[in-house]
Amino acid sequence: MTDPMTNMPAMSPPRAVPIEKARSQWRDIWAQFRTHKGAVWGLGFLIFITLFVAIGPLIWDVDATKTDIRNKNMRPFYTLLWDSEARFTWVKPLGSDNLGRDVLANLMQGGRTSMAVGWTAMILAVVVGTLIGVLAGFFKRIDGALMRFTDLVLSLPLLPLLLVMMLLFRDTLRATFGPETGIFILIVVAIGLTSWMQTARIVRGDVLALKEREFVLAARSIGTPSRRMISRHILPNVLSPIMVSATLGLANAIITESALSFLGLGFPSDFPTWGKTLFDSIQYMEEYPERVIWPGLCISFTVLAVNYIGDGLRDALDPRIRGQ
Amino acid sequence: MTIKTALMGAVASLALAPMAMADGHEGERGRDGDLRIIYWQAVSIMNPYLSGGTKDLEAASLVIEPLGRYDPQGNLVPYLAAEIPTVANGGVSEDLTSITWTLQEGLLWSDGTPVTSRDVQFSWEYCTAEGGGCAQAAKFEGVTSVDIVDDLTVTVNFGAPTPNPYGPFMGAQSPIIQAAQFAECLGPRAPECTDANFGPIGTGPFVVTEFRTNDVVSFEANENYRDPNRPAFATATLKGGGDALAAGRAVLQTGEFDYAWNLQLAPEVISDMSEGGVGTPISAFGSLVERIEINLTNPSSDLEEGIRSTAEAPHPFLTDPAVREAMSIAIDRELLVEIGYGQAGRATCNLVPAPAIYASDNTACLTQDIDRANALLDEAGYADTDGDGVRETADGQPLSILYQTSTNAVRQDFQALIKEFWAEIGIETELRNIDASVFFGGDPGSPDTFQRFYADVEMYANNFDGTDPQAYLGAYLCDKAPRPDSQWQGENINRFCDPAYDAMWAELAQTGDLNERGRIGAALNDMLTADSNVIIPLVDRGRVSAHANTLGGVVLNTWDSELWNAADWYRAAE
Repeated sequence: MTDPMTNMPAMSPPRAVPIEKARSQWRDIWAQFRTHKGAVWGLGFLIFITLFVAIGPLIWDVDATKTDIRNKNMRPFYTLLWDSEARFTWVKPLGSDNLGRDVLANLMQGGRTSMAVGWTAMILAVVVGTLIGVLAGFFKRIDGALMRFTDLVLSLPLLPLLLVMMLLFRDTLRATFGPETGIFILIVVAIGLTSWMQTARIVRGDVLALKEREFVLAARSIGTPSRRMISRHILPNVLSPIMVSATLGLANAIITESALSFLGLGFPSDFPTWGKTLFDSIQYMEEYPERVIWPGLCISFTVLAVNYIGDGLRDALDPRIRGQ
Repeated sequence: MTIKTALMGAVASLALAPMAMADGHEGERGRDGDLRIIYWQAVSIMNPYLSGGTKDLEAASLVIEPLGRYDPQGNLVPYLAAEIPTVANGGVSEDLTSITWTLQEGLLWSDGTPVTSRDVQFSWEYCTAEGGGCAQAAKFEGVTSVDIVDDLTVTVNFGAPTPNPYGPFMGAQSPIIQAAQFAECLGPRAPECTDANFGPIGTGPFVVTEFRTNDVVSFEANENYRDPNRPAFATATLKGGGDALAAGRAVLQTGEFDYAWNLQLAPEVISDMSEGGVGTPISAFGSLVERIEINLTNPSSDLEEGIRSTAEAPHPFLTDPAVREAMSIAIDRELLVEIGYGQAGRATCNLVPAPAIYASDNTACLTQDIDRANALLDEAGYADTDGDGVRETADGQPLSILYQTSTNAVRQDFQALIKEFWAEIGIETELRNIDASVFFGGDPGSPDTFQRFYADVEMYANNFDGTDPQAYLGAYLCDKAPRPDSQWQGENINRFCDPAYDAMWAELAQTGDLNERGRIGAALNDMLTADSNVIIPLVDRGRVSAHANTLGGVVLNTWDSELWNAADWYRAAE
């Protein structure tokens, strides 16, 4: 078990067919991953939406915040299917909002921010959560302190905490990095530092259980140092709960960012994000449902896709499931 | 009012319908059946002295009345009084320290007893009684005594000269209550008199028959009302609760109710609802003005606390009147109204848009003029030297400003539009919105309050209570500027300071004549707006209510209760 690259396949039941050539572990994982339909779809969608927000603005080169009062309240092209008299112009294929801002450009620009915030905050939360969880689980001496610290952070109410952070750091960050980057850093750090606790608790629980298993005992008996023990034996085995909490974390970060922007604690109002576009459009929902539907679909499909990928990855990474 | 007479009234009104149409809807009392009113905030008490809520004041105004009311133009109209006392007719003393009211003759309470000057005096005693928490105490501020002269005459004495002596007993906030009914309810015992608080005996057109707290109030016509032909309705029902959208639908789309109060809805939503043809939205304007306030001091975070945003650090370029004027005329106010308020707003250049006698005739800012704004900035020496589209001051500082306001969909739309207007004249704008509870919270420890003003410009709306703008204009005196040693309190948030303004305001405070007051008030308004552009008014925000097309006689009034003339309402033919 010291080298999963070579030993993992040996764990699967002996097969009748002799092994033709050396198979890499990652190839196996990919093969398993592909059998999960949802995960494949999710990956496809995630690639699509990432390209959409990353490359989209280069092709559809429209300023998302530019108002255009003459072309306000335009409907998307497909409304022509049932309503030939709908206000529509090809300049705004997905319509425009009440100030004439282009919805398509808003989705792309907003997606960039939402995805960037979501990924960065999620990675930050997972790294912090895993670190604390593994340390607490593995080293008994610091377990109590770390877990009490986790409880402490868990009991902090998010919004007042963010208000205080905004108060203390906004001006400094704004002066150093400019309004948008400054707020970006602040939001990412704020969300990241307030959502790692669940991951830490789950990881600690798993590590505690793993620590008592025979292979860990075996590894210890041949003198594996703690550092290697964690990286070789513990981490690969807690990867699946980490993956699951990462996917949930991404969804959570996107949604928290929306809520913050809505409260005026987030990005400036002329800086679109999916969540803010959605919130701004709620009062026009009856008249112009598309303005709510598109950003809503973007958020929920992205979150769903990531969840499916997480599900597929968990199955693929688990040697007990893989190959069955 | 019995059913029989009500029915007879209904029959009579049917028979007389064509005639009634001809002679302005006159007829006998109670001819028009039931009047249904919906307030989306439910009524919880019928005593204005125990509640500051607008909904409670307005419901009570159907039952109890003051000596005089304000009409839709903000003029004073006698109700229980025979006439409005002024210096000219001798009702107000020359030294402005007393006002003498005379009641109309023959007034009766709804229980049939006569209204006397003792009731007026009692109303003052009730509100100022020891140990009581009177919600309208401000109305009686400065009153030293209320003296009974005879059965119908009372004199209100003030401790100091009071140019505007119409605080007590004027308007929906300080009506006359019956001494006999409330005699045992003084001071701390006021909230215990449930029957009196829920069903006061009054002089108004209606009497409470059933009061269900926070739900429905039922009324019937007051048999002893002073005009024998009014009210036209035999009964009235005031339903409370729900939200503005539902209230709007009930009047404008389904026709379940005759009158809906205060429809705070997007202009598109209201116009869509009124297309049904069942009801009509109506709007009226008070003194609420959405404006941009300009910071004359430097909010830069490079400055240390205590100096930042105080008079010690003047703003690098917003202290230049040319920049402020350019910023004002670059804004297309009509467009803002169309986007944000529709019928409930109109473009304005005034801080005090009403009442008529105080309103200045500024209209210069109403037309957007980008070219002139650019010319102004060119002349003043602000040029774009580095070609990035943003002008710089002579010593190289870019005209880049931070524009903050509270979080609110309409305000964020305004920010987006105004940012573009200013971009066209080479001023770069960074937007910030702050949660309303923080922004207006007034916490001296928070850097995000509107008083602290750690931004270059900010936008919000404000108005004044009643019809007299003296205190409102007094907010812009030199010493009212928020600063660290005033715990950042104060209404002069621009840190405006002009000795000429202070002198003229002192003159206003000593002038009793209404026309003269109007002239000075308008001049003060101009000093802040048209002359210096320290305040950039944007939209005069009105109130929108709606009435059914079958309800006649409604005149929306923002200076008094919306139901101020419910006695004159009638059922109109479809």
